[in-house]
Amino acid sequence: MIEIKDLHKSYKMGSNVLHVLKGINFKVEEGELVAIMGSSGSGKSTLLNILGMLDGADSGEYTLDGVPIKNLSETKAAQYRNKFLGFIFQSFNLINYKSALENVALPLYYQKVPRKERQEKAMKYLERVGLKPWADHLPSELSGGQKQRVAIARAMAAEPKVLLADEPTGALDSTTSYEVMDLIQKINDDGNTILVVTHEEDIAHMCKRIVHLKDGIIVEDKKIEQVRAEQYV
Amino acid sequence: MFDLERWQEIFDTIRKNKLRTFLTGLSVASGIFILVILLGFGQGMRNGIEHEFEQDASTSVWVWPGVTSKEYKGLNPGRRIQLVNENYTKASTIFNDDIEYGSARIFVRGVSVNYGKEALIYGVQGVASDFQFIENAKMMEGRFINYQDEASNGKVAIIGNKIKKDVFGDVDTPIGEFIDISGIPFKVIGVYKEMEDREEERIYIPITTAQRTFNGGNRVNNLSFTLPPAENFDKAVAQAVDFKNGLREYLQQTHTIAPDDTGAIEVWSAMEEAKRYYGLTNNIKLFFWFVGVCTIIAGVVGVSNIMMIVVKERTREIGIRKALGAKPWSIIAMILHEAIFVTAISGFGGLIFSMALLELVGPNIEVDYIMNPSVNFNVAFSTVIVLIVAGTLAGFVPAYRAAKVKVIESLRDE
Ligand SMILES: Nc1ncnc2c1ncn2[C@@H]1O[C@H](COP(=O)(O)OP(=O)(O)OP(=O)(O)O)[C@@H](O)[C@H]1O
Ligand SMILES: [Mg+2]
Repeated sequence: MIEIKDLHKSYKMGSNVLHVLKGINFKVEEGELVAIMGSSGSGKSTLLNILGMLDGADSGEYTLDGVPIKNLSETKAAQYRNKFLGFIFQSFNLINYKSALENVALPLYYQKVPRKERQEKAMKYLERVGLKPWADHLPSELSGGQKQRVAIARAMAAEPKVLLADEPTGALDSTTSYEVMDLIQKINDDGNTILVVTHEEDIAHMCKRIVHLKDGIIVEDKKIEQVRAEQYV
Repeated sequence: MFDLERWQEIFDTIRKNKLRTFLTGLSVASGIFILVILLGFGQGMRNGIEHEFEQDASTSVWVWPGVTSKEYKGLNPGRRIQLVNENYTKASTIFNDDIEYGSARIFVRGVSVNYGKEALIYGVQGVASDFQFIENAKMMEGRFINYQDEASNGKVAIIGNKIKKDVFGDVDTPIGEFIDISGIPFKVIGVYKEMEDREEERIYIPITTAQRTFNGGNRVNNLSFTLPPAENFDKAVAQAVDFKNGLREYLQQTHTIAPDDTGAIEVWSAMEEAKRYYGLTNNIKLFFWFVGVCTIIAGVVGVSNIMMIVVKERTREIGIRKALGAKPWSIIAMILHEAIFVTAISGFGGLIFSMALLELVGPNIEVDYIMNPSVNFNVAFSTVIVLIVAGTLAGFVPAYRAAKVKVIESLRDE
């Protein structure tokens, strides 16, 4: 599903050049649930942003579902993001003046799905994350966990090939974190490919594979026994 | 523009950001409002001044004698100048080609006027037949003095409409009634109408009758002329100035007055006066345009500022939309579409409101030199279009920039 070879990325800071990714090689198969770990500043978000086509790599190859991702125009990148990718952010990134339902329906708007169908589909995904009764609420009226579940429903609504989550539980307490991970596991159970960036050991162990980043390279990449989050909820 | 889905998206946004929309709309609407009102009053002043000058024939020239203030050819200053018939006839001959109508006039003083037993306190003036055209008096009933009356010293009188209303209310028509002027009966043969009541309070009799019957001799009090219409306003003014100067020179020579002693013979031309006011109104109009354009510029700046703030405020939203798959152009289109929509609605709202106000209030405004302020619809309409286009352009820059910002940058937590 995802294949990257010798990926490099550096940031220019005035006259300094900060080399963040120094040759990343890795592969993700369909249906995997991968945790990306590493200390702060190790380049986790940078990697995820490149995978999400929110940022470009300096060099290296990136293939997503057999499509080489290289020198994309903004328009093309937007198209691919819309078709292939769903994002879950630490800070939720919901549009504050839109209701839960409208937020979930938004990616479908950019897929040119008709309004009625959009709302039905959005409602279906809201139901899956258990927030159907909250459909008409604004983000400001939701708790952190609920916001993240709306964000997950939104990422799912577009039916992407890959879900990219950057510290999805970073702003949540542990119980709520497990609820969110439970949801992510269930989505993964349905066969969706998911990458989760996290700091937390316990969250990482709820995935099926852990990739360790350090100083811009992968230092460890292991398959693990998945801990089900359900039992903590 | 006809993408229904986008319209819905925009209505959603507008509905949920009422304050922002209201403020944008208000600045646009008030800009248009101020402009229309200013332009309206500019036009109103023009109308008012034109109206003032409609009272007398616009090409009229009037001569009023005064007192000399300079010694000249051995004559002392302080001499009162008295015009006589010859001055008028001679001037008419000399300037025959330049004159359309002309009349000398004499104010009949020291006479009592009666209608039956009622004493009238109106002024009596002796004028020639052409005076009707110079004064721009409209005949309502009967006729004005004619040449025959002058030649035969006819005992006839023309009265103003106000006199008719005040004095002849009891009879069907004053025509055929007699009024006594110092005991001599004059037959009323016409009623005239003027713009102002004040000018309807005169009794006109033939100048010849006035001089012979009331010991006027050959004296006259003033002269008045009109000039034939010219091709355009500037020519008319030039013609009036030439005639005025020529006439004054002739009169100064005849009465032995220093050429620079302007107070002794005053010649006043309506055209010149009109030009002064026209120039003034042009300047006023220009000034109002200037203020109006500044208002529009302020409006445009306001709109673009609001757009900039709106875009800044929406940076994160734009980032989210782009992460969800919005193409840069769809972001620009969304922002502009909303801006155009709000500007257009509020712009036309302001236009309609201000035009309606002018339409309602305008005709009721009764101030000197302001009449029926109104505004050319096309001008106002174009202004709204200009504002919309300018607002769009002003909005385009920040929208374009926002659409170009990288998603990770717009999503970064501050
Ligand atoms: N836009 C940027 N410009 C300059 N430097 C950047 C930029 N984005 C990231 N960096 C730098 O690159 C390095 C890696 O950043 P990144 O966000 O990938 O770290 P991370 O592993 O996600 O850290 P954290 O766990 O704190 O989120 C950091 O040192 C950061 O300062
Ligand atoms: Mg990070």
